[in-house]
Formats: sequence, structure tokens, C-alpha cells
Amino acid sequence: MHAFEYAAPASVADAAAALANEDAKVLAGGQTLLPTMKQRLAAPSVLVDLRKIDGLSGISREGDALVIGAMTRHADVAASKVVQDAIPGLAALAALIGDPAVRHRGTIGGSLANNDPAADYPAAALALGATIVTNKREIAAGDFFKGLFETALEDGEIITKVKFPLPEKSAYEKFRNPASRYAMVGVFVAKTKAGVRVAVTGAGSSGVFRHAAMEAALAGNFSPAAIAGVKTDASGLLSDLHGDADYRAHLVGVMARRAVEAAA
Amino acid sequence: MSATGLGASVKRKEDIRFITGKGRYVDDINRPGQAHAYFLRSPHAHATIDKIDASAALASPGVAAVFTGQDIADDKLGGLICGWMIHSKDGSPMKAGAHPVLAQGKVRYVGDHVAVVIADTLSQARDAAEKIVVDYGVLPAVADPAKAVGGPNIHDAAPDNTVYNWHLGDKAATDAAFASAAHVTKLDLVNNRLIPNPMEPRAAVGDYDSGTDTITLYTTSQNPHVARLVLSAFIGLAPEHKFRVIAPDVGGGFGSKIFIYAEETVCAWAARKIDRPVKWTSDRTEAFLSDAHGRDHVTHAEVALDAAGKVTGLRVHTIANMGAYLSTFASSVPTYLYATLLSGQYNIPAIYAEVDAVYTTTAPVDAYRGAGRPEASFVVERLIEMAARETGRDPAEFRRQNFITQFPHQTPVIMAYDIGNFAGALDKALEHADYKGLPARKAASAAKGKLRGAGFSAFIEACGIAPSAAVGSLGAGVGLWESAEVRVNPIGTVEILTGSHSHGQSHETTFAQLVSERLGISIDNVSIVHGDTDKVQMGMGTYGSRSGAVGMSAISKALDKIEAKAKKVAGHVLEAAESDIEFKDGKFTVKGTDKAIDFASVALQAYVAHKFNGQELEPGLKESAFWDPTNFTFPAGVHICEVEIDPDTGIVTVERYTAVDDFGKLINPMVVHGQVHGGIAQGIGQALMEGAKYDEDGQLVTASYMDYTMPRADSLPSFTVDTIETACPSNPLGIKGCGEAGAIASPPAVINAITDALGHEDIAMPATPVAVWRAAQKRPRLAAE
Repeated sequence: MHAFEYAAPASVADAAAALANEDAKVLAGGQTLLPTMKQRLAAPSVLVDLRKIDGLSGISREGDALVIGAMTRHADVAASKVVQDAIPGLAALAALIGDPAVRHRGTIGGSLANNDPAADYPAAALALGATIVTNKREIAAGDFFKGLFETALEDGEIITKVKFPLPEKSAYEKFRNPASRYAMVGVFVAKTKAGVRVAVTGAGSSGVFRHAAMEAALAGNFSPAAIAGVKTDASGLLSDLHGDADYRAHLVGVMARRAVEAAA
Repeated sequence: MSATGLGASVKRKEDIRFITGKGRYVDDINRPGQAHAYFLRSPHAHATIDKIDASAALASPGVAAVFTGQDIADDKLGGLICGWMIHSKDGSPMKAGAHPVLAQGKVRYVGDHVAVVIADTLSQARDAAEKIVVDYGVLPAVADPAKAVGGPNIHDAAPDNTVYNWHLGDKAATDAAFASAAHVTKLDLVNNRLIPNPMEPRAAVGDYDSGTDTITLYTTSQNPHVARLVLSAFIGLAPEHKFRVIAPDVGGGFGSKIFIYAEETVCAWAARKIDRPVKWTSDRTEAFLSDAHGRDHVTHAEVALDAAGKVTGLRVHTIANMGAYLSTFASSVPTYLYATLLSGQYNIPAIYAEVDAVYTTTAPVDAYRGAGRPEASFVVERLIEMAARETGRDPAEFRRQNFITQFPHQTPVIMAYDIGNFAGALDKALEHADYKGLPARKAASAAKGKLRGAGFSAFIEACGIAPSAAVGSLGAGVGLWESAEVRVNPIGTVEILTGSHSHGQSHETTFAQLVSERLGISIDNVSIVHGDTDKVQMGMGTYGSRSGAVGMSAISKALDKIEAKAKKVAGHVLEAAESDIEFKDGKFTVKGTDKAIDFASVALQAYVAHKFNGQELEPGLKESAFWDPTNFTFPAGVHICEVEIDPDTGIVTVERYTAVDDFGKLINPMVVHGQVHGGIAQGIGQALMEGAKYDEDGQLVTASYMDYTMPRADSLPSFTVDTIETACPSNPLGIKGCGEAGAIASPPAVINAITDALGHEDIAMPATPVAVWRAAQKRPRLAAE
């Protein structure tokens, strides 16, 4: 790890100010950033730690939405009765992230801001039509994810909370990379007032994406049989040691059917 | 059997220390004034080093020294050695390229040692290393052993990258058996390359005392005496009496800590050079890149059967990857530790094996848990299972038909099996595994759209790796005996000094159990001293499942001498003739009387020395022994694996795993079961998950846990582990050894189960989900589909 400055501001405004330094980075749970720094693959000048800021974590039900503070840890989402009642698929997803140590450090805001193509939360945010709330504005999930490790966040912009509209039904099925246990293919399906949405993580070479053909097939008939014949185009999917694009395309179908079955 | 004697499942004495964080590992050791070493490693698989400019690094904050291969050469330090000479078919000695401690003119794998930076802190050393400018002339790489011959030449000394073309067995007799065979089963296989991954990475602290001109090296070694011998006699670091090697608590090795590596050599050498302690601890990436890897064979094998189903011949050709340099025992692994086990548990009249060892631009490959024997059992047990299937025979009964039943049995490949009961293990395994219920379980799986299969592995291994004269005749550079010293203190407590080294094997408990049994004292009154060349005079260390069979036998022999001496002392104290003294349950009694004295009192009398003439009987109670076995030992067993495959995802679930092993006499069944569990986990890891992959440029693709898959607790079922017992006749305790069995037996059992479930044989290790999913596309369909 290279030397760096450390800042622990007490307010979001102070954090945003600290981020004005060149090569400053936000430290949320640190589960990606710190290992990357230890390997000397990242060398930020300043780490702006959000942990001292009040009000960035917590879970609440606000009308037809579930609101989760950006610094809320995966373990807290997984264990929350409020989440389990409101969106059981989301609580189940949080329980599948990493290992217990990661789940007790890693945060929902950190995961969304990092937008790792194999992360789990992007699939939930996209399928549930979440709104990402920052210190500057509100961003619809559909506008937020911009490709591998890329988001709509601007310099100095900090996620403060995430609002999930409550779905009628939802579920997440994850095929884990055998080594890392990140999502090799993760499919989140949600039946909402706005329609059926199917979001796929782990597979796309541009990160999380919606599966239009499956959404169309499920719109009229929310059952595994409805998507049994829906093919997934392998072009645009990732290939690596653990599975080529054809295998991932096949797994998208399997995981989607299992998610629909679990949700139905 | 006493509560703490032989055969008792005593809880491990060492665990309190380990689980309360009080173990003392090399990285826990810090010396005053210590500096830290960081190794600059090659980013290229194969390149000339045209120039190294370390001036900026030398000027960096905190830097004490930067050394390159030139500094090592200037000091006339020798290169790393391979201690087992193999001769090719034509009689020529193996062609070994030089193995410099730090690269000289060329790098040969990613991770090869280019330079070392020594600084006040590790961060400073690392920062400075980034400032070293190396001009490389990049050369083509070759990682695949099958492509090594004809590939870019790696060592001038080894044309065509060939170290040796070795063979064993009777070619003419074997060819004749195949010519007259009723059926021949053929198999092409790859034994996948593995990375050892002990929990504790390697580490070293070199410490030089300029007052006495003595070097102390703390190192993560399975055999500190061998490390001292090699570093002293061959590398020329320092004479043995001026060089102490200490291997304290060591957190696992699986073979990878047998070898003498560049890093500890440099730490010890540099400590003297700069007159400061020098410490290095491997990080996990360095462990992936530079620990000696295991396996990596490409093999074609064939078995011949007569019409009645009798195996008549076995023919094997293997290309073995040695990596970029010959590691300490690398040459022995695919030869005498491999081809000598190709008879398996079977009466096979003719066997012929050819092994081509090749250099590639990859990390060195050497012994890894099982070392050659897992490769042999994989060949034999896959072939036998396939031959049974191809000829419509039940795999269990086909094995039984061909089992060796008369002992001793001389195989055509050197080994003389002393004793065994192969059918006994098979019967017990069939019962535990409920083999009769398999068809019903297959049908139940099929009804759910799942594929179920069972696979056998009737493995045998040769352990102990001795007698010394025998291994010497096969090319070993050292003898493979073991030493022991028993020091009885005046109050009757006992210290055992052993040349064996415990790095997970439970010696502090099991060795104490032997003393408890023999001397009738509590295991709490026994301590085991090991891993320090200043305390233990000489020893050969722990590997090859040899610490029980060889190490404990040495202790047993020394205990014989203690008992004989103590009887003499007791005779004087009890005023009886020595021949009238009996020793039992910790008490010396005069035959036919009630006159008795306990062991502790005799110990005290031995040191007080008032009751006997010191000119006729030496005071004290301390004895030592060296034990050289009369034969290898032959642990064997039958394992049955049952898997279920989800054809939609390719995920294989190990549903049942049964192991029935014959390890001879057991010292501590709980410890034995633990060893078997660990070995099976590693073998399942090899079969389903693990595999080191290099790309075309020689970059290690699987250089972290993000890509190298390790078995985890949730990958494994509860194992059914049982034993049968035929006492080993070649050592006084009847022990065969158990450390490697699980890793040797399990890979073929798992793959045989998968191929049974798939209905075809076309699957390689590791059988990852994607590989199994593809293989499942080619299977015969279920009726329900």
C-alpha cells in the first residue's frame, strides 16, 4: 500500500469538499478499495471515510418504498425484518454477498458506486427500479449503471440512500463463481406495478443489464414455463476461466427460471 | 490400552496453544535491528536480463542493500540443487540446468527472483524495488508440458527442454501381454497442476552473530536439518557447526516446505552480508507464483485384459512438467514415487512405464501431498474402472478378481508389498457406502432430473521412503532414516528429541502417546522437541507419511534402550538381579515378589547414582537411536464416492464419501481420521476445483483466490471413515502411515463417480461446472427428458 492522507468528515458536505482533492477516493466499507490498495493497484491521495457521518445508514419503510441508507452493511440488510417483509428477495441477495467478514463491512452504497460487473446489488437496483439518492440529486437505476465500474456519479457526488419501490413479487438466483463466489450469473426478477423486470449481473461484458425478451415473455405469464424457450444472446457476455459466454448465456436462462419459480 | 497410550483418541495437546493464538510461527519472530527483504520478481515467463540499474533503489529512504545474481556469484555461493539423480533409458544422467539463487542473465518463469531489496521496513523495500530498472529481452514462453519438446529452449544444458527420458519395467513382456490381450482399455489424461496453499505462507528470518560468526535461520521448513545440510554442504553458505536452522511452529506444508528455496537462502546470506537480521514473509501472491507446484502430468495409459477379465499388462507414457528449474526432489516424483506404484492393488504380470521430464517456463514442480502416488493411482484406478465398464463387469467385483491376495508380493515395478487385505477393505467399504442401494438412489435422482453415479478407488501407496540403501540405489542423495533421543529428567518427566517435524501432524500428542504407553507416565509429563538443529542433532524431517513409520520407530528403539538401562538401575535399587526385573505399567518389580519401584524413582536414582558403582554403570538416563526401516510401508484402502450432477448447471455435489483404509496399527484414531479428512478434501479439490493455469505468454492466470478454486467446508459432505488393520511387518510399531492417503485415493473415486453419472468417460480434472455441463450435453438422455 502506498502512503495516503485520511479524512473522516462529520458531514456529507465536508466529505464532498474533501473529495475535491485530486485522486481522492470515498471509503465506505472498503471491501474492494482496501485490497486493491494493498496490491498497489490503486493509490488514492486521500481516503474520505464516510463512517463518521450520522444518518447515512439505516433501513426504513416510507410509504410504498423501502429506503436503505448508503452506509448500511450487507449483514444488516440481510438480517432486517423490515427488508425481509418488504422485499424478501433483496434480503436474500444481501445474505449471498461475499463472506461474513465482507457482509459486516461492505455497504450497499459502496457496492452500487463501485458497479463491479459481478456484484449483486446492481441486479436488484435495476430490476426493482430503485432510485439512487445522492448529495446532489436522485438518479433512476436505469440511468445509473454505465458499464464496467462506471456509473452516473460525478466528481464529488456521494450516494446517501437508495429507495426501492415495493414489488409484488421478487427473487434473486445466483450462480457463484466457484473460486471467488462473486456472481458469475445473477438474475433478479421483479413483478412490479410498472411491469416485470429481469436484471442480469455477472454475465454482461458491460455490467448489469435488463433482459428484454424475458421481461416481455413474463409480462403476460409470470411463470418459469413462459421463459423456457427464451434464448440469451451470448455475444456481449463475459468469457473467462470459469465459464465462456455460451455457458453464461445458458445459465442466465436457468437462473431466471429458478428466480421466477422462487418468486411465484 | 491406557487412556493416553497407543490406540487412544487423545485430544491434541498442541491445539490449546494454536487456538488461543499462542503458536509461534516464523513471522512471529522479530530480531533486534531487523531489516525486511522484498524480492523483485520477473514479470516475464522467459527473458534475458540485459541490464539492471538499481541506483535509484539504493538511494531510496531506508534501503540497506540491493543484491542481484551478480552479488551471489561474486560471493561464490552455489546454486539450488536437486537431490535425486535420475538416469535416462540410455544410461545418461539427467540434464539439469543451473538454478541460481537470484537470476543470472535470464529469467525462466513469472515470479523468478531478479533482485532483493533490503530496507528498514517492508514498505520502503517495496517502494525502492519499484525504482529498479531492468532491461528484459523477452523470449517465447512454453507452459504446456506436451509442447515443451520443440519449444523455446529454456536451459542450454537441456536440449529440447528434456531433463530425462526414463523408463521402468519390462517392455517386451508388456508388449507381448498386449499382443495377446482379449481387450485393451486406453486412456488419455491430464493430472492437473496444483498450487499447495498451506495456511501459513513461507517465511524466513536470517540472523547473524558476528561475535561467533554464526548464522541462525528461522524458516518454514518441514525438514530443518536437510535445509541446513543443503545450504551448508552444497550451497556453501556456512559450515554446519556455524549454522543453526530453526523451524518453529509451521502452519501446513503439504510438501511445499520440504524444498530449499531462494528466499531463505538470501535471508541467511544477506544477514551476514549486512550484519543485520533480514526477514521475509511471503504474501499470498508470491505463494501462488513461487511455491513449488504439484502434479502436472500428461499421460497415455493402456491396460490389457484376457477373456476371463484378468489384467495381464499395463503400459504408460507420461510427460511430467518440472517447471523452469529442478526443485529439491522434483526428479524423484514422476519416477520412483510414481511408476513404482503402477501395479496398484492388482496382480499385474507385466508393466512398462516411460516418463519424459521436461522444462517449461513455469514455477518449479515438486512433491505435493502424495507426490507421484496420486498420479499413479489416478492412472490405475481410472483405467481399471473403465476396463470394468467396457467389458460389462461390476467395478467392485472386477477389482476383487484382480486383487493381490498372497503376501509378500513382488510387483514388476520394484515394490515388494509386505502385507495387506484388499478384499477386506472393499467389503467394508461396500457395506458403509450401501452400494446395493445405489440403483434406487440413481432412480430417485433421475426422477428429479439429476444424474447420480458412484466411483471406486482401490489405492495403494509406498510410504516411509526407505530403507536408505534402497533409495540410495535409486538415486536419492540422502538416507531416509530417522533419529530420536529420549531424555529422562531426574523427576521422571521425558523430553523426546526427534528429527521429524510437526506442521499439522499432531506429533506433540501422538509421539507422547508412545512414551506414555511404553513408560507408563502421563502424556503431560512428555514434551516433544523438534525443528531446531541445535537441539536435535540430525534428522530427515516430515514428508511421505513417514513420521509414524520411521520417526516413531526411532523413538521406540531409543525407548528400548531406556528401558534396558532403567532395569539395570532398578536392579541395584531393589537389590535384585537385572534379569529378575520386570517392567510393566510404569513399575519395575522383582519377579515373584512385591518389591517394586516406579519409573520416576528409577529416573531419580539414575541421576543420584548412589545405589550403583558409577564405573560399572553410567549415571543418567538418556538414550538415542537411529532407525532405518527394512522396507517401504504400503498403506492401502478402498474409497467410494457418490455424486449427483445438476445437468442444467454442471454443478457436482458429493453426496456420499466412504473411505476404508489399512494404515496398520493406529496410534490415535482421531488424528488418523483428521488426516484422512484433510486428504480427501484436497483430493476432491483436485478433482472438482483446483487447477493452476498459465496462458500462452506464461502468465499465471490463477494467481489468487479470485481465480484459483479451493475446496471449502460447504463443498464437502460428512465423510464415512473407517479402517481395517494388517500390522506393518517392517517397523516395530506396525505403522504404515496415513498423511497422504486421502489425497491419493480420492481424485479417481470422484472422477469415476462423475463418469458413471454421465455415462461416458470424457471429462478431465478439474471437473468444474462448465466442464461438467458441456460433458452432460454428450450423455445418454434420461428417460424423463
